Amino acid sequence: MNPDSDPGAAALTRTLAGLARARSRIRARTHDSCACGESLLSDRADGTVVRVGTAVAKAHAADTDPAALDVRVRIAADHALAGILLPPLPPAAVARLDGGRLATVWPYGVPVDPDEPLSAPWEAAGTVLARLHAVALGPLGGRLPGALPAMRGPAKAAAALGRMRAATAGRAAGITAGRTDPRIGRQHQAARDATERVWAGLPAWCRAEDPGTIPSTRALCHGDFHLGQLVRSPSPGAPGWRLIDIDDLGAGDPAWDLARPAAWYASGLLSPDAWARMLDAYQEASGTRGSDPWPQLDAPARALTAQSAALAVAKAAAAGRALDEDEEALVESCNRIAQLHAVQGP
Amino acid sequence: MQCPKCGAPMQTFNRSGVQIEQCGGCRGIFLDYGELDALSRFESQWSQQPAPGPPPPPQGPGPAPQAYPAAPAWGAPHQGQHGYHGGHQGHHGKHGGRQGFGRMLFSS
Repeated sequence: MNPDSDPGAAALTRTLAGLARARSRIRARTHDSCACGESLLSDRADGTVVRVGTAVAKAHAADTDPAALDVRVRIAADHALAGILLPPLPPAAVARLDGGRLATVWPYGVPVDPDEPLSAPWEAAGTVLARLHAVALGPLGGRLPGALPAMRGPAKAAAALGRMRAATAGRAAGITAGRTDPRIGRQHQAARDATERVWAGLPAWCRAEDPGTIPSTRALCHGDFHLGQLVRSPSPGAPGWRLIDIDDLGAGDPAWDLARPAAWYASGLLSPDAWARMLDAYQEASGTRGSDPWPQLDAPARALTAQSAALAVAKAAAAGRALDEDEEALVESCNRIAQLHAVQGP
Repeated sequence: MQCPKCGAPMQTFNRSGVQIEQCGGCRGIFLDYGELDALSRFESQWSQQPAPGPPPPPQGPGPAPQAYPAAPAWGAPHQGQHGYHGGHQGHHGKHGGRQGFGRMLFSS
């Protein structure tokens, strides 16, 4: 969506910029005279993010649960999360924009350079996730205005499968009508079938179908970890990397947060060195050094492989293009998982 | 490349993460060093019960024998318990962590 051509998006960007200015003024009145402009950092259905100088305002997805978002913002502001999650700009309150979208305001932190994935802070990622998972849930819960929400990772994976089904259903119609290269259509169908087989073989909790069967290990989880979720702390007195994006934060199986990099590694997309650096740092910080992580990682890593493959198929089908090499590697992973599952039985 | 048997051009295919060349004329297949091993290993992996990988090796300083961290039974060839094969890493520049991989690292 291009805000220049979409009046609704342009209005949302202006509203968010105004909110960011108002909140950052509370913190630093000198910002009034600052000439720094607005920039749109991200614009997707599940979140529009606008930066104004040192502040960032985010409009959350239209279907966001207000009570759960309020609890999540308060978690980010809690002292137990200092040095782990980037805290919001005070007050730690959710704003409601004209039109009903919920919005939050944060300090701007410099993200990981997308052009330098090999120099990414893998050790810091492992350490900060271990510290997040070590937060004591009982005392934290006592300081929150509502119940600790569930980590939304499995729900997001289920949504990705839904998106793939919708996109490929439309694609099949496109093929029938002769608008899509049949070879591309067949590639998408094969990828979709492999992804569905992986999905069908997952435990119910990984598909967000039966939260009652979540493994007994329960911790505060990020729920959507990737390299875009790390920023440098903007606070000069407390440097280091912080986690951002609280939309999926909540109680759940901590293996989920490690499982996406694990799935990249298992697909041959992430180097053994980067994976080992992150895993070693995590295990060092969590006191589990040297133990085999895969008994816990296996099911979530299969779920996240299916999620990534589903999103790849959905995007490729929507664009009418073939899967690229990285996306194919995910589909190959799905095929291997499905083959093993066929040998093993359910 | 040209087929050594009939001279027709050969095309590159990716089979289970292993790149092979197939002749467009006689359909013969050319495998680079180590690729047959990789395919055989992959085949036997399918017929085995998946077992958890061994614990990751201690990461001591200095040049320890090259080994990959543990990987699941469904991991890509060249990974995890399938060990390191001298001369094979970086053979295709694909499975050792790639340069063009940035986009996926930064999204859900």
